[in-house]
Amino acid sequence: MTTSDVGPWDVVLETRDVTKTYVLEGIEVNALRGVDVAIRKGEMVSIMGPSGSGKSTLMHIVGLLDRPTSGQVILDGADVSRLSQNELAELRNRHIGFVFQSFNLLPRTSALTNVELPLVYGGVGGSERTRRSREALERVGLGDRLGHTSAQLSGGQQQRVAIARALVNNPSIVLADEPTGNLDSKSGVEVMATLQGLHEQGITVILVTHDDQVARHANRIIRVFDGQVKADVDVTDRVLAKPQTIATGEVSE
Amino acid sequence: MNYAESFRIAMRALAANKARSLLTMLGVIIGVAAVILLVGIGTGVQDEVTGSLEGLGSNLLFVIPGEYTMSMEGGGAPARYFSLDDVDTLERRVEGASAVVPVMRIGSTMKAGNREVRVSVAAANEQGTEVFTSDLADGRHYRKSEVDAASRVVALGSSVATQLFPNQNPLGKQVTLNGQRFTVIGHYKPMGGGLAGDQDGQVYIPITTAQKVFGTTDIVSIAVKSTDPDDVDAVRREITRALTPTFGSEFTVFSQEQTLGILSDLLGMLTYMLAGIAGISLLVGGIGIMNIMLVSVSERTREIGIRKAVGARTYDILSQFVIEAVGLSILGGIVGILVGWGGASLIEQFTPVPANVTPWAVAMSFSFAFFVGVFFGVYPAYKASQLDPIEALRYE
Repeated sequence: MTTSDVGPWDVVLETRDVTKTYVLEGIEVNALRGVDVAIRKGEMVSIMGPSGSGKSTLMHIVGLLDRPTSGQVILDGADVSRLSQNELAELRNRHIGFVFQSFNLLPRTSALTNVELPLVYGGVGGSERTRRSREALERVGLGDRLGHTSAQLSGGQQQRVAIARALVNNPSIVLADEPTGNLDSKSGVEVMATLQGLHEQGITVILVTHDDQVARHANRIIRVFDGQVKADVDVTDRVLAKPQTIATGEVSE
Repeated sequence: MNYAESFRIAMRALAANKARSLLTMLGVIIGVAAVILLVGIGTGVQDEVTGSLEGLGSNLLFVIPGEYTMSMEGGGAPARYFSLDDVDTLERRVEGASAVVPVMRIGSTMKAGNREVRVSVAAANEQGTEVFTSDLADGRHYRKSEVDAASRVVALGSSVATQLFPNQNPLGKQVTLNGQRFTVIGHYKPMGGGLAGDQDGQVYIPITTAQKVFGTTDIVSIAVKSTDPDDVDAVRREITRALTPTFGSEFTVFSQEQTLGILSDLLGMLTYMLAGIAGISLLVGGIGIMNIMLVSVSERTREIGIRKAVGARTYDILSQFVIEAVGLSILGGIVGILVGWGGASLIEQFTPVPANVTPWAVAMSFSFAFFVGVFFGVYPAYKASQLDPIEALRYE
């Protein structure tokens, strides 16, 4: 499959001529200068670029954390580029799952409660919330760590809790921003294996990284440079993380 | 997300910082307790004073020198005090009066042997017992003959009696008052912590004696008792008619009702003042809450970012932090009520000061605490809710 045979029917998220201009201390910074990308359903895509390339800005816009200065962001066929912060929050809640470099779990809070967080804001209550959160943790191989707080978990485990949190709302896209950046190589492999496992289960995964090796875990790489897409290629020599220590579990739809 | 959820999140955050939460609540606790306690004391004093005045009966009138308005403005010494001649005038001309009692009060020192005690000298005539209630423990009150002769006889209040004559019956003993020797003819039972002056620290002598011994003829008030309570107004007119030729308008007749009204107005004002002072400490407690909430918001910037990233709306963050602030003030309010209530019962039990915990003080201080929480919680919560999720996630 190449980018040319993408039909509009299986594009889950698309940016059309997106620009983003910041004013920093009186100076205009053109972080994005007309970006067109289309993410297909079930794809695993890496967005790559050196720091200052606009990669983070693109991630914020794709993750509906930020709005473009001009251009459109199409999510499931609807233009979402002019929605209010609260409307975006609701869309993030239902469609986007975030995995951050620094895990971003709530401190002094159990893994289960952390995973429940999106469901809290999604209005899912009671036993269903607990059941789905437990399932998500089981899916990332942490079914036996429900009550552990982040201080009691290793870095790799914390990142897998974050992945479970990203999954729990059955989002359209899981967006992982340098997910292995704060991890040792062994934990990094675990996390990449988990993400690849999700992809195999049909979940759309976007990987934002500056690391070529990490990027090649995806099956397509979008390279951003100087605020524009410089390359958009399929990966031929895909790296497969060996899931030696964990099982990703079965799809429980 | 609903309120129950916001409430649970807020309570978890408070529980995570127990020491800080407690210290923050302390301001509110002290404020609420102070309001309840001080209003309790104010109300207690008011009740006791008006109660003891009401006990005197509704057929009493008090005549005082000087022209008083209800506002009590332009106070100061009246131009002229009453003399015993004025008392005579009243006795002769006010027909509806069953008793006319001139009253003087003088501070002095009383000695017996090598013992000495500060006393308040209350001087009246033999009809004083008609107007002022008191229970004799032993002996008698002074008689008309003793008033006429300005005899040096004295009846002692209970604390004066026990201090000057510990474990003895003072009856018939000699005491010295302002350098003059007096014979003790009676002493009274303790009256407890009366707030209309410490009655146990008083000594009672004939007014004629007082004028001689202390060298003054100034009578500060004259109490007139009407024979029939329904005739109080007629008696008042008679008094006015009798005194106007001598004093013009430079005197005032108070009925018991008026005195009560003025006193309870005055004490009520005092109570409000106490409540206001205590209210200020409650306000300070509220500022403490705002302070801590602001610290808490900046400390939890990243948490706010996480919550927003996973779908918290502005309103969700706002309500979480407002509920946290209100939770602090409500918990503080509840503890404050318990502390104030406990303090009031301790004061009531172990001191002569009366303290009535009033429902309105409890309700008022609690709702004030609640609104303080809302008022001072909204700003930090608003600040939290307006954070940009990207900036918040980046925050170190």
